[in-house]
Amino acid sequence: MTGKVHCYKRDHINTDEIIPARYLNMDKETDLARYAMEDIDPEFIKKVKEGDFIIAGEDFGCGSSREHAVWALRGAGIRAVIADTFARIFYRNCINNGFLAIECKGISEKTDSGDELEIDVEKGVITNRTKDDQYSFQAIPDFARDIINAGGLLNYIAGKAN
Amino acid sequence: MGSTITEKILAAHCGRKAVKPGELINAEIDVIMCHDVTTTPAIDMLAEKGLSKVAHPERVVIMPDHFVPNKDIKSAEMVAKIRRWAKEQGIEQFYDLGRHGVCHALLPEQGHVRPGETIICGDSHTSTHGALGAFSTGVGSTDLAAALATGELWFKVPETILFRLSGKLGKGVYSKDVILEIIRQIGVDGALYKTMEFTGELIDELSVEARMTICNMAIEAGGKSGIINPDQKTIDYIKARTDTSFEIYKSDPDAEYCQVIDINVANLEPIVALPHLPSNGKPVSQLNDIPIDQAYLGSCTNGRIEDLRVAAEILQGKSVASSTRMIVIPATTDIWKQANKERLLDIFMEAGATVSSPTCGACLGGHMGILAAGERCISSTNRNFVGRMGSPKSEVYLGSPATVAASAIEGKIADPRKYLQEKP
Repeated sequence: MTGKVHCYKRDHINTDEIIPARYLNMDKETDLARYAMEDIDPEFIKKVKEGDFIIAGEDFGCGSSREHAVWALRGAGIRAVIADTFARIFYRNCINNGFLAIECKGISEKTDSGDELEIDVEKGVITNRTKDDQYSFQAIPDFARDIINAGGLLNYIAGKAN
Repeated sequence: MGSTITEKILAAHCGRKAVKPGELINAEIDVIMCHDVTTTPAIDMLAEKGLSKVAHPERVVIMPDHFVPNKDIKSAEMVAKIRRWAKEQGIEQFYDLGRHGVCHALLPEQGHVRPGETIICGDSHTSTHGALGAFSTGVGSTDLAAALATGELWFKVPETILFRLSGKLGKGVYSKDVILEIIRQIGVDGALYKTMEFTGELIDELSVEARMTICNMAIEAGGKSGIINPDQKTIDYIKARTDTSFEIYKSDPDAEYCQVIDINVANLEPIVALPHLPSNGKPVSQLNDIPIDQAYLGSCTNGRIEDLRVAAEILQGKSVASSTRMIVIPATTDIWKQANKERLLDIFMEAGATVSSPTCGACLGGHMGILAAGERCISSTNRNFVGRMGSPKSEVYLGSPATVAASAIEGKIADPRKYLQEKP
């Protein structure tokens, strides 16, 4: 998959910034998408295109357990989030939604907004076409990949039940 | 090699003799707590996937708290949907308005937390219940839905960091200051994916409620859970609330920890975490002239009766500064009633504070005390992220209930110790 990068060179981007609590009286992706990243980058929603990636520093998604953070990003068109590290509940929520979260140490330093990336999930390689560079990442664990491939945890469970 | 309390509880819940950190397991879940914000999406997902039958309705406890009493039409629709669903599923443990409260204060108070159990909720502060020797962790709505449908959930067995806490707390210093100091030392991702186990003479001394404050904020260091080995205080607390039997697990003396951190609290001062991270702690004596617009006392971290007593002791016969508004939110209905009986609410009102019905309220910028751009709040809550309590241009400072009360009086961030030392 290929897409353009929205790069936030910051650690600890939290769920209150990704989707503020004032919007938690909604839970549909299309509704939440309108407010994605509002408190960190009010311009984000105007810039983002279907299939784009977010890149950030350490501990992305820390704070609340709200899965609304994943839904807001996916609803806005984001195909994957790549970060130096992720906060635990956000990472779990990504897997459970079949949404790609890739941990790749140091990537936030090496990329910039607007870079075009190609991600090869099987090989664990990210190619930066703009900078003609490559970064490798640790393969997603088999168990998590099964859930992602099923399209999320509930599909996975429903599949097993049948 | 022995096991930690967390490893023992998880092993017992996946039918194994022992588990090791890093192993993936499916664990039986004993208690599934549901609140208003994250449960509604779970209900929709279950219906959509044809998994609409809750496996064990008797393990589910429903406690709408974030936006109650309903703050707007959308919130009202959310709770209405949960009420219909609970009826359909035969879920009887439902704490609706009038018996309501902030879920992490209400769950243990009403006897739904027992040592040795596994507990989940679609809320990050679910780590609170580890204070009673349970494995308790926050999850998202999909996890919540999966646990409702199957009674189980997948986990990676976490590594554990052991915090050995020694020394006696000085006057005016509380368990909130201890956990803010711990987070200051290790950072907001210092315990990422890990369990934080707290032990030592300080823990032995602390009340069960004060221990909850510590475990509550494990998530603010990135932790998967916080946990404390049960002792007689734990058992007395539980037995006063429930007849449900439980099993006590404790860490072995030769359990393996990924890290051991020793902290002596004897010289600890009241700590205030500056915007915009809980790890930005500073001793209160180093903070001069930081005026505040609002003082907020409440939340799952510090809205319990002991917290209200401490604040009332400081506010008795004093007034909230004219430049400052103070909001007091007892965390549960029973705490509200108890505070009323003890005339604590009178003390707050006479000082010029207002007292609201239990709710998560403004802690997360929901309602009941939202901040405007440029406003500053001292708060007994757990998070001070950008925009947490309202405008992205407002500021939240975190402190103990005593620090909140002292600051309300002075209209600026203040050291509570002088108010407590005035007394003979």
